[in-house]
Amino acid sequence: MTFEQLAFYFLASVAVISAMMVVTVRNPVRAALFLILTFFTVACIWLLLEAEFLAIVLVLVYVGAVMVLFLFVVMMLDIDIDQLREGFGEYLPIGATVAVIILLQLAIVLSSGPFEIDQMPAPAAASAEYGNTHQLGLLIYTYYVYPFELAAVLLLLAIVAAISLGLRGRVSSKKQKPDEQVRVRKKDRLRIVKMNAEKQD
Amino acid sequence: MIALSDYLILGAILFGISVAGIFLNRKNVIILLMSIELMLLAVNINFIAFSHYLNDLAGQVFVFFILTVAAAESAIGLAIIIVLFRRRNTINIQDLDSLKG
Repeated sequence: MTFEQLAFYFLASVAVISAMMVVTVRNPVRAALFLILTFFTVACIWLLLEAEFLAIVLVLVYVGAVMVLFLFVVMMLDIDIDQLREGFGEYLPIGATVAVIILLQLAIVLSSGPFEIDQMPAPAAASAEYGNTHQLGLLIYTYYVYPFELAAVLLLLAIVAAISLGLRGRVSSKKQKPDEQVRVRKKDRLRIVKMNAEKQD
Repeated sequence: MIALSDYLILGAILFGISVAGIFLNRKNVIILLMSIELMLLAVNINFIAFSHYLNDLAGQVFVFFILTVAAAESAIGLAIIIVLFRRRNTINIQDLDSLKG
């Protein structure tokens, strides 16, 4: 068994065990932490596949940003875990059945021959000068430049949507409220005071 | 050497686990979002494995775009959860029946 195989099977088992912990663990904070472990392990597996750029992006974007956002939300909300856990065992049989059926079907197809090592041999390792980031950049900025720009617009859309969803108007802000301006009645603004006429000198 | 089918079966196992997770945690929106992230990760493993074994970088470009969309999706999803919690004081899916569907 080569070192590569040893590393792959170790990383794969860590990824599978931590993914199981994500869906079964009681505490959402622990689930988020196990999800971080899963992402990190899968990034290591991507390194075995010579996808260095995406492995680093997965660690930076997912572990660094998205999972921190998850942890932030989980810790900010005051969640009643017991209430959310009720009915957990109730769906275990059907959930496990569906998962096992999907897994069996995929395993039958995937191990039926065309993806084995003799049908599809592993490519030779890239030379030391080969840069995955360089090659990917050449492709993205030439052939895929239009989808790349669209992805940028999508991210901008996500920023605007997340901010506008989370925005709560400031109480002290001095802005016009047209609906209240239209609804105003005479008695709200005008007070008539009765007083005697006074003589002018 | 590691066969392509090993990577594909790893992706299939992760996908199966996340499907089971969606069934198990039917009440907790946050764990549901995490299961969806796990599903996308399983699909990305397949893309990168094929990209490596077929010597074609297009698969990695796809993964790049999937990561972008998934990050946007989880950011908006979490923002929706926060708004939900502010209005209803719960994230239990069973309580979200104001549309009476």
